[in-house]
Amino acid sequence: MIDTAPDLERLRGGAPPRNHDARTIAALTSNPGCARRGVLDAAGVDKDAVARELGFPAPFGQSQFAITRGNAFEAQVKADGGAELLALLRDHLGLDVPEVAYDDLEVVAGDEGRELRHSRTRRLIARALETGAGTLFDHPLLRLEIAGSPAYLEPDVIAFQLAGRLHVIEIKSFAVVDGQAEPEQVAAAARQAAVYVLALRRLVAELGHDPERVSHEVILVCPENFSNRPTATPIDVRPQLAVLGRQLARLTRVDELLAELPDDLTFEPGATLAASVRTVKARYAPECISGCEMALFCRDEARACGETGALGRSVRDDLGGIDTIGTALALADGSLAPSDDLAETAEQLRAASRLRAEALRGGV
Amino acid sequence: MSALSSLARLEAAAAGVAQPLATVRHCHVSDRPLVLVPLKLAGEAAAPLAVMVGGEPDDPTTLIVPQPRNRDLRFAFASALAKIVLNHIEAGRGAVEELPPGKDGEERIRYGDAPQLLVPNLGGVAFLRLLGRSTRFRSTEGPYAVDAAVPVFGRWLTWFADRHDHPGSSLMGAMTQLLRLHWATGQSSLEDGNLAALLGWIDPPDGLDGPAAAARAEDPVVSPPAGPATDPTFDNEVLAPAIAAYDRSGPGSAAEERLRAALTSQLAPTWDLMWRAVGLLRALPEGASVRGRWERDRDAFTYYHQTFGEAYPQPRRDPPVRAARRLHDLERAQDAYDAQRAFDDPLVMAEHRLAGQAFGGVVTDCDPTRLDETGKRPKLRPHLRVSTADPVRLDVGTTVCSAARPALKGRIVELGDGGVLLELTGGMGRKLTPEPGAVPRVGDRVCFTSLTDGSFGAAKFPDRENTPWTHGGPPEEYAPTEDDADEDWS
Repeated sequence: MIDTAPDLERLRGGAPPRNHDARTIAALTSNPGCARRGVLDAAGVDKDAVARELGFPAPFGQSQFAITRGNAFEAQVKADGGAELLALLRDHLGLDVPEVAYDDLEVVAGDEGRELRHSRTRRLIARALETGAGTLFDHPLLRLEIAGSPAYLEPDVIAFQLAGRLHVIEIKSFAVVDGQAEPEQVAAAARQAAVYVLALRRLVAELGHDPERVSHEVILVCPENFSNRPTATPIDVRPQLAVLGRQLARLTRVDELLAELPDDLTFEPGATLAASVRTVKARYAPECISGCEMALFCRDEARACGETGALGRSVRDDLGGIDTIGTALALADGSLAPSDDLAETAEQLRAASRLRAEALRGGV
Repeated sequence: MSALSSLARLEAAAAGVAQPLATVRHCHVSDRPLVLVPLKLAGEAAAPLAVMVGGEPDDPTTLIVPQPRNRDLRFAFASALAKIVLNHIEAGRGAVEELPPGKDGEERIRYGDAPQLLVPNLGGVAFLRLLGRSTRFRSTEGPYAVDAAVPVFGRWLTWFADRHDHPGSSLMGAMTQLLRLHWATGQSSLEDGNLAALLGWIDPPDGLDGPAAAARAEDPVVSPPAGPATDPTFDNEVLAPAIAAYDRSGPGSAAEERLRAALTSQLAPTWDLMWRAVGLLRALPEGASVRGRWERDRDAFTYYHQTFGEAYPQPRRDPPVRAARRLHDLERAQDAYDAQRAFDDPLVMAEHRLAGQAFGGVVTDCDPTRLDETGKRPKLRPHLRVSTADPVRLDVGTTVCSAARPALKGRIVELGDGGVLLELTGGMGRKLTPEPGAVPRVGDRVCFTSLTDGSFGAAKFPDRENTPWTHGGPPEEYAPTEDDADEDWS
């Protein structure tokens, strides 16, 4: 493996690297073809700061009411060594959970490095796998290789072992009303949980155990109806795991991406930042807005170039993959002769254009 | 989405202003709709924060929950809003229309009108649905007693949200959805979810074009979100301190007034947008079948209103038979709605022409008195040749009908270079010569389609007692319990 660390350090302009979290990895897999995101994330660049510097701050504010509610719920569920959580697992899911220990892996001794915390996680999980003891692990620090470089994950979750298998528990504060929750929120939670399962599986495999000892069934803990009472729902994340595995394997390796970039490229704040960012090609889609800090900058760029993708992936697909609005409209009004591979698309567009004009003129 | 509407998006992006997707209005707009702009507290499932509500643009009522975590204040809010909505429901009935008696001779009536609720977006519908869920089981006596209007309101909200799922129903409308049915913008559908940005494209203010108006609409300071979620910066910088001040000073204080003013500032811009959008929709000519669909809405409203006193609150989950029936009804409604819109609107029909399920063109040849004499009795079977440039994807033998007059039916006999030969089979009168004007003449522009207005018939479902074992067998009779009323609402 080529050592890319010095290059990535240069890209960050000397700033300390940002941690990946499951959200960024799950989002990464939703747009694996975006080189800009790939490079910025691999280097651990603070995308939020870059976007602000460029004049396109990310619209990711969080209301303090939501934060308070989320923290309060999580604290309530985890209080007293996870007492409420254990009761929930026993009563709600009918799991035969014995007395267990509770290990908070968040802080060992004040300030410490990620390596140290990760090795502590490794050590404790190794021991649990050997002994089969049922322990709740809070805040384990996991590691996952993304595009050829390691990313640390700090899940806000608990892993616990039951009958020799590790389960991931994800605590979320959105409500489950009559057994139903907002599908997008559940989907996002499942994607994130899949990242943890994958990272945990890799760790288990590294420790010389069968990765299947990490269950594909994650347990989602949410408030029930309109109350603060938690409820637990098992979710099968096999589909998400399959997508994730495939996307991570397909991700262009960061060393290949770096090879194509100028040697002196850096994302340090300054007058040349915008030009530097533009050097790395983006692939913008409207879905980016909900997941990537750079989205508004990329949207502006995509709109300026008249990219059809800025109107949505379905629009681009309807147009047979034509990239720019100008080309599509020129094909539609016949002012541009199509190349052979676009002949069929062009015919469709011309028919659409004729039918639209006819209907708007008031014909039948 | 189709190539046609995608093309409209491109045209909008190039022109800098929204482009029409319809030539007529496909939804009913009441003379006096009840507009609701609800806000909820971030992080909670259905904790109301404020609502601006009313039936006239210059007469909104603003209700707020000064401390959204206080249960009593929430129910006071629910009760105040309930009175406004229930008033609107009672006032929206109109005169009773007597209908011919039903099959088994029972009397049937239909209210002359029905109430219409309009909210800014789908989030607003979802919020009212949850508000309905959280209030319909409340008890009006006992330890957690609420105002009598609250559970009634909850049941009505649930009913309205249910009707919103019904394709073609106009009883509860989400404004962004209604506008998107009629216009294509030069931004993505995700961005169309912002009512201010969507309206910016459709009807940009003086001196701005669509993109500029939409960009301004994305700044939450200039244009607060249309709810039900509030702007996080507003929450942190304005709302949180204002609620804290209210907590210190209590009801009736200046702090409460300041909180009310702050929330009103978030609601008022959306309120104005809602009425501007209502005006834009009203300006479109109404589609031919909108009246008929509103009649179905009035039937549904009449039935629910008439049986309200005998029924329990809607259960948390539908029992299997009811769920199956509901799904079937929704599918039928969707079919009928799609077909009706196409018959009402040549621009919608153009989508079907592009997909090859319809074709339009000029009549080049016509034999209006042709008879089929192969059977016992001669039958009137005129031939019609239509030249068309459309990519027809129908088979020989397919039954088609005229888009302009669906009663006129025919069968495709021959398909060839730029032309279709049709044998007309019905809709021309009972004689052996067609009624005058029934058969198109040479040179007429016509459009035929394989769509049919009448959808598939109603399916039969078992009674609840006969729910098959595959669906869990007959469900227990639902009766509200004390537990329902005890449910936390924190």
